[in-house]
Amino acid sequence: MIRVSGLTKQYGARRAIDNLTFEAEQGEVLGFLGPNGAGKTTTMRILTGYMPPTDGEAIVAGFDVVSESLEVRRRVGYLPETVPLYTDMTAFDYLKYMADLRNLPTAENRVDEVLEMVGLSDRGSGYIGNLSRGMRQRVGLAQALLHKPEVLILDEPTVGLDPNQVVDFRKLVRDIGKERTVLLSTHILSEAQHICDRVLIINKGKIIAEDTPENLQARLVGGEKVSLRVRGDADGLEKVISKVKGTKEVTMKDSNTAEFEFAPGNDIRPEVAKTIIKEGYDLLEMRAVGMSLEEIFLELTNTEVKKKK
Amino acid sequence: MKNIWTIAKREYDLYFISPVAYVIAFVMLFFLGIVFIFGVLSATQNPYGGGQTPDLRMVNVWFGYLLIFGAPALTMRLISDEIRMGTMELLLTAPIRDSELIIGKWLGALFFILSILALLLIYPIILNFFIVDPGIDQMLMLSSFLGMILLASTFLALGIGISAMFSNQIAAFFVTLFLFLGLWFLAGVPAFFITSGADFFRFLQFGTHYETIIGGTLNVSDVLYFVTLTVLGLFVGTTAVEMRRWN
Repeated sequence: MIRVSGLTKQYGARRAIDNLTFEAEQGEVLGFLGPNGAGKTTTMRILTGYMPPTDGEAIVAGFDVVSESLEVRRRVGYLPETVPLYTDMTAFDYLKYMADLRNLPTAENRVDEVLEMVGLSDRGSGYIGNLSRGMRQRVGLAQALLHKPEVLILDEPTVGLDPNQVVDFRKLVRDIGKERTVLLSTHILSEAQHICDRVLIINKGKIIAEDTPENLQARLVGGEKVSLRVRGDADGLEKVISKVKGTKEVTMKDSNTAEFEFAPGNDIRPEVAKTIIKEGYDLLEMRAVGMSLEEIFLELTNTEVKKKK
Repeated sequence: MKNIWTIAKREYDLYFISPVAYVIAFVMLFFLGIVFIFGVLSATQNPYGGGQTPDLRMVNVWFGYLLIFGAPALTMRLISDEIRMGTMELLLTAPIRDSELIIGKWLGALFFILSILALLLIYPIILNFFIVDPGIDQMLMLSSFLGMILLASTFLALGIGISAMFSNQIAAFFVTLFLFLGLWFLAGVPAFFITSGADFFRFLQFGTHYETIIGGTLNVSDVLYFVTLTVLGLFVGTTAVEMRRWN
């Protein structure tokens, strides 16, 4: 459980996070989205007891991060963005050291367990300095899982993982998120869609949107976007698609590629496909276009500017 | 308490895979061995006869001089390396107090010096059983080993205090070295120029206290001097770590 209210951190003249308020319940995976320098890492560092906030309050696992910092740190698992590891130690020794610092009973067994969980059982005796980036990332994750934390905080956890590992990782986090609280930051919207129950978008230290990934996309785009491609030049394709009932905002992206939108719940893709083929075009491809974080982000900041006007 | 022990053990083990620590141990043992042999030879092979009874004072004095250079090399990376590697974030979000971290690291380094001192015990044993008849002054030996332990504890505490202020270990090394050289040789200099308070400056000087203890005179004030500086160094280190949290 995480409860944050009015959290502010000032670095000299710069305000890294400004009056943040949000909550994450047990059994929830909360995603933290935002561009670089938005204040994601700063917020996470405050929640893990690494540094105190300038103002505001944060309760993690039932304890205040400033006055009961040690209690919070006992209950939080944290994977920092930089994945700090001792390269001169073996993965096993490193995890054993961290387990000892947390006074875990039967530390050796637990280390074997977490190595198994992250799929590194056979690399435990290898020096961390010789491990690949993705493996190091997994050792870092193992470290965060050692003490079965009530709250798991992961800063950009999938950077450096290969696609297979990303799939395993997402499954692992979702499993953990069923019983515990997980807060993770990411740049990648599709990742948030796969793992998170809820997403916070922050920019310049402020929360600018908070919702489930699906709602966020629907709300911003006002519908789903589809891209389609036909063989050869496609004169008049735009008009043909527009004729289908329910299409919105048809645009040509290329001489043979068009994009159109439709309202969620009113899936007109089969209709569009039939129409195009009837009109004599060769349909090569039709796919949903997800909105990138950049687009969502631009959309959100633009709407903010509009509101102010 | 257990956390202190965990950190101390990790640091102690780390010295045994670190080339710097081996170089320091080698130089100290090699050099002190030469000092010891010359000390014994000059006392026993004196052609004019009636030389002094060989004792360990020269070895102990040189231990101090060597430690002026050795201690900064042992402490320079203790905290600054954690900062550079980013592992400080790990330690500062682990459930350990900042003071436990500093004391643990200091103890690890102190145990390393104690291991060197344990090897130096061979000299009094040689003197006692093979050279000096009817045996060496046991109390003098105890007092000088206490002096060496106190000196090491103080140097290492001050060194870790300075290491906590720097993220660059070379900077930490030189600042620590100059502090030791200053406290050993320069702190007493103002005493030559001013009459009132001259005792105060002489009191600040490392060498005076160290040489008194290894000379076999155990004063409360000398012991307190080292204990106070040790506590001060550990306190500075803890404060520096806490200040890092606030940026």
